[in-house]
Amino acid sequence: MIAQLRTAALVLLALTILTGGVYPLIVTTIAQLVFPTQATGSLIQHRERVTGSELIGQPFSQPEYFWGRLSATAPFPYNAAASSGSNLGPLHPLLKDAVEARLAALEAGGAARAAVPVDLVTASGSGLDPHISPAAAEFQVPRVAAARKMTTEAVFALVRQSTEGRQFGILGEPRVNVLRLNLALDQHLVN
Amino acid sequence: MTVNELLQLSLYLGILLACVKPLGIYMARVYSGSTTWLERILGPVERLLYRLCGIDKSVEMTWRQYSLAVLSFSLLSFLTVYAFQRTQGWLPLNPQSLSAVSPDSSFNTAVSFTTNTNWQGYGGETTMSYLTQMAALTVQNFASAAAGMAVLMALIRGFTRHTTETIGNFWVDLLRGTLYVLVPLSLVLAVALVSQGVVQTFDSYHEVALLQPTTDAEGKAVTTQTIAVGPVASQVAIKQLGTNGGGFFNVNSAHPLENPTPLSNLLQVLSILLIPAALCFTFGEMVGDRRQGWAVLAAMMLIFVPLLVVTTIAEQTGNSRLAQLGVEQAASDRQAGGNMEGKEARFGIVNSTLWAVATTAASNGSVNSMHDSFTPLGGLVPMWLMQLGEVIFGGVGSGLYGMLMFAIVAVFLSGLMVGRTPEYLGKKIGAFEMKMASLAILFPCAMVLVGTAVAVVAPSGRETIFNPGPHGFSEVLYAVSSASNNNGSAFAGLGANTPFYNALLGLAMLVGRFWVMLPVLAIAGSLAAKKNVPAGPGTLPTHTPLFVVLLVAVVIVVGALSFFPALALGPIVEHLLMTAAN
Repeated sequence: MIAQLRTAALVLLALTILTGGVYPLIVTTIAQLVFPTQATGSLIQHRERVTGSELIGQPFSQPEYFWGRLSATAPFPYNAAASSGSNLGPLHPLLKDAVEARLAALEAGGAARAAVPVDLVTASGSGLDPHISPAAAEFQVPRVAAARKMTTEAVFALVRQSTEGRQFGILGEPRVNVLRLNLALDQHLVN
Repeated sequence: MTVNELLQLSLYLGILLACVKPLGIYMARVYSGSTTWLERILGPVERLLYRLCGIDKSVEMTWRQYSLAVLSFSLLSFLTVYAFQRTQGWLPLNPQSLSAVSPDSSFNTAVSFTTNTNWQGYGGETTMSYLTQMAALTVQNFASAAAGMAVLMALIRGFTRHTTETIGNFWVDLLRGTLYVLVPLSLVLAVALVSQGVVQTFDSYHEVALLQPTTDAEGKAVTTQTIAVGPVASQVAIKQLGTNGGGFFNVNSAHPLENPTPLSNLLQVLSILLIPAALCFTFGEMVGDRRQGWAVLAAMMLIFVPLLVVTTIAEQTGNSRLAQLGVEQAASDRQAGGNMEGKEARFGIVNSTLWAVATTAASNGSVNSMHDSFTPLGGLVPMWLMQLGEVIFGGVGSGLYGMLMFAIVAVFLSGLMVGRTPEYLGKKIGAFEMKMASLAILFPCAMVLVGTAVAVVAPSGRETIFNPGPHGFSEVLYAVSSASNNNGSAFAGLGANTPFYNALLGLAMLVGRFWVMLPVLAIAGSLAAKKNVPAGPGTLPTHTPLFVVLLVAVVIVVGALSFFPALALGPIVEHLLMTAAN
């Protein structure tokens, strides 16, 4: 028994060095050398400063910006230091409340309360989802165009530019990066 | 289902099945001690490890010695993981200055990671320092997985050897599995994940300015966003390959920095089933009849694929309550549609359901969507897959040894039907093997039902239930099923980081791990001591479609009879409520 415990302790120590030290250090070295941008968090440089990460959504509620998914993080939406979903079951009354609040906000922006794309009124799993579906982006074009006094065609063109198809034409879902799209809108204003 | 959904699912199954044979053969070579093409690089490391640890690789163990080795290693692992969490405030690599984890949460997490469950009662980015994530949790991701595979190898040797006392050397199996299988695969996967945007850095969290400032719950202005990062890719790779599932971040692989693209998602969800599926082939190869391995894999697929289809249809159909509010849930080329609450836009429905079914079929437990927000039937499937005992792929090693327990029961039942002595793979199955197999199957079942009953009766169990009505019961049933079968996934609404749940689920995880593992090792020892009996005219062949159907039937009958009443109180009632409102 004592001999077994001694071997167990040595094996655990060896594995800790190998898989808890050497292995993550090798991965970090390769990652930082070959994919430095991705390994640090895909940060976006915009006008000489970091304005966010391409992979982390931000909260938007003003009419001149496209809105992303609902976010259930605390104490404010899109808190990237504490990811969380809503965990509301399909029959939870709070789920209905959250959906209706978003529907009301969309309605206040001039949208009809019909055929609203589902991802625009539901919370993402991470609370940090950077994307919405193309349908959810197109649904918001009239509001954004009116708020920015742009033509809907011009806004549509920006949406199309920010739309990514399925990866390799098969994987995942078509999607629009909301932060990228909003940065493009602000950029448009400057030009 | 849409055409693209069918396409994505077929692609997944196609790639998975294509990997089974090459990896299966490779692992058979690793565990039978033959040389592999990685020997040139890793051979010296292997010999160095043996020398440093004082291991003589030619020494063989009896099943009692083997069990003692597993137990002493698990005990020390538990103490180490506990100690790291309690002292992380004083240790380096803690840029966010996170303080010590509470004693009950540390106990739960230590049990969780040493039993290959990887239940997360904590939120990673707000609780664990980089050092704890790497030196405690990542290490156990490797070690607990390698220990599961080692025990499977001991059982396989029980079938292949005869009239001997010994079933291999645990230390050799543990180290070879880690060194030749888990580390190389993890290295490749981790780098591939970084290329897609999974972070891998020792920097402290990034502080960035928000494009549009917002306000928090108390009405205070928020102008910046703190983005949690860390050495994520190295941990995520082994979390998937070792069927561990404990994520770096709170929301696991739903987090865009843990699983950023559809390709990273495909690689991760493939890794969940890769080793458990390939081990079926390894098993066939090592017992000298590949058809035996294919038969077991076929039985797993026969349960896996239909349940995958059921969940996908349930989630794509969506939430009828939302349809009444004017929300569009139909799939089109512009949106995924369906029940998108708790799901990510880049994954949509099909990649979320594929993950949910794969992660609960295997005892992985990582998530890329929130299972608590699934439709009632969509959530029933993952729950039931865990309750089947984690034998449909299951954990690396542990899934297949669990399935072989069911195979023993299946040959016993068919032996009773035709009145002959049951045999499996040339060994007579006697009363001792049947008793042990029954223990291994029934203990986790009992733990699920008794544990759930205790939790819904005790006030401290009820007070942290989040969702009202039958869904709240489902949260508890899901949690205890997950812990008792060493899965680790959660209906995350349940407030499980309380002394009550940390203790109850910790106990459940210990039962689920060791009350299966020890009977399996006892069977391995007993079989190894027996003589080989050549197959005769009365032997039931165990590689035929007939046996596959029999095996599937045994798994489903045990699972259905044990859990149908409990499932009826949770998801089934909820489904009726949801549809009745229309």
